[in-house]
Amino acid sequence: MDIFLQQVFNGLTLGSIYALVALGYTMVYGILGLINFAHGEVVMIGALTALAAANALLALGLPVPLVLLLALLAAALVCMALGFTIERVAYRPLRNAPRLAPLITAIGVSIVLQQLAMLIWGRRYHSVPQLLPSGSHTIFGAQVTEVQMIIMATAALTMLALTQLVNRTRLGRAMRATSESPSIAALMGVDANRIIALTFVIGSGLAALAGVMVSANYGITHYHMGFLLGLKAFTAAVLGGIGNLAGAMVGGVLLGVIEALGAGYIGDLTGGVFGSNYQDVFAFFVLIVVLIFRPSGLMGEKVSERA
Amino acid sequence: MAHSESTGAPLLAVMDLRVNYGGIEAVKGVSFAVEEGEMVCLIGANGAGKTSTLKALARMLPAGGEIHYAGRRIEAAPPHALIGMGLALVPEGRGVFARLSVAENLAMGAYHRRDGEIAADLERVHELLPRLRERARQLAGTLSGGEQQMLAIGRALMGRPRLLLLDEPSMGLAPLMVQKVFEVIRTVAAQGVTILLVEQNARLALDVCNRGYVMESGRITLADTAASLAADPRVRAAYLGE
Ligand SMILES: Nc1ncnc2c1ncn2[C@@H]1O[C@H](COP(=O)(O)OP(=O)(O)OP(=O)(O)O)[C@@H](O)[C@H]1O
Ligand SMILES: [Mg+2]
Repeated sequence: MDIFLQQVFNGLTLGSIYALVALGYTMVYGILGLINFAHGEVVMIGALTALAAANALLALGLPVPLVLLLALLAAALVCMALGFTIERVAYRPLRNAPRLAPLITAIGVSIVLQQLAMLIWGRRYHSVPQLLPSGSHTIFGAQVTEVQMIIMATAALTMLALTQLVNRTRLGRAMRATSESPSIAALMGVDANRIIALTFVIGSGLAALAGVMVSANYGITHYHMGFLLGLKAFTAAVLGGIGNLAGAMVGGVLLGVIEALGAGYIGDLTGGVFGSNYQDVFAFFVLIVVLIFRPSGLMGEKVSERA
Repeated sequence: MAHSESTGAPLLAVMDLRVNYGGIEAVKGVSFAVEEGEMVCLIGANGAGKTSTLKALARMLPAGGEIHYAGRRIEAAPPHALIGMGLALVPEGRGVFARLSVAENLAMGAYHRRDGEIAADLERVHELLPRLRERARQLAGTLSGGEQQMLAIGRALMGRPRLLLLDEPSMGLAPLMVQKVFEVIRTVAAQGVTILLVEQNARLALDVCNRGYVMESGRITLADTAASLAADPRVRAAYLGE
């Protein structure tokens, strides 16, 4: 009956994942002013790496929790190395190039990663082994799976940890200073290259986690999953105000909920003309509406050109 | 040319420094030196190339020529390595991190340090600049211009500089605030920090400094003690408004 709450929970789950991915976009944008369009593909690589690792470890007969942990670790390491390499090889040489150059490069990188994944894992959909508890609970009449709960809790904890890192540590302070002005931060002894590399590494670690979550949530994964997910997460980052960490979190969760509610109600609202297959349109519709009224996003400051 | 760690070598020696902006030469081969413990100013009109010179020294701009600092050639050093050698710049326009708090800005000043005396230095900076203690939790972007200048100086001091480069610390400040800023600079100099000061306010600069250089369209045209420069009719006509 009450699909509202059900869709809210579904949306929060999806939104937690969007938020983790959106953080990667927003952190890189905040520090380099670059939209790293390859980020969605890093999520995909994370998902498929975790899958490969999990299958191999399960075949060895390791206990499931250990498999989950190791698979996650493998995905994180691979993605972090990948993020580091992408920055070093593709973006750093273009640091002072016109803005269009790194953007086109980003699209190139994402095509390369997608094709690479297709060569390694093929074009088919892979079903993901059940590594998380499969129970579900009824909360105020809505069915919430344990997988969903774990996703939401893990995402919340991760975002809390990231917030602490950025706001409370020496490294986080240097990251914020560098995003305001790399040249002034350098006067204080901050090696901008190191901070930028670390930003990519952290963002890619979050992407790996998000990749594992998506495949756990849907039970399947494939080489093409990064594209739409990346686009949605980017939308979430812009929605929240790109460059703003809290904005990425709020934008991600909000987008997930709006999308889920939209999918739940669009049939009723349009008298059946549009079905829930129009779910994806919602994200972009919301983005357009928000950008008309708040061009710098919900929590973004006025974008000013950096000197 | 490579040897300069002989005793008595100046702390900073610049030879034939050149800065280009896409073909336009803003600094056309300037040479000057600053001895340890000195307070030297570089004065000149708008666009003379003063900021470009300081930025080149701080390695924020690519430059030709030689920069000898503390017995080392630094013209190929990465900019983030300089503060570790004791070379600090308070940039034109202050350059405080607007979205960081005052306390965080000061902490950034000590970013490169790993010693245990950062807290003691913070206390010293707070004593010198009490406003910064009061405003510790405020975002630097919300400070007044004078407070931002104080913060920029305090932040540089947190790095324990041996040579402090100051770019127009009086710019845009009310006369009373200018006095305060210069008092602070004098105090810092008295504590043994070597200072190279860039100023358009020539009267003030020549008043506090030992020596000075006059820069005109990318070249140094006069070099003398501050007192002689202040008495020089050319300087009086062009920069002291007489
Ligand atoms: N980023 C830049 N690109 C091109 N030209 C520049 C740039 N920065 C400075 N210039 C030019 O170089 C010359 C020297 O500028 P600089 O800022 O070094 O002078 P200044 O002596 O510091 O002047 P002011 O007293 O106004 O601060 C000027 O003609 C200026 O127009
Ligand atoms: Mg200047």
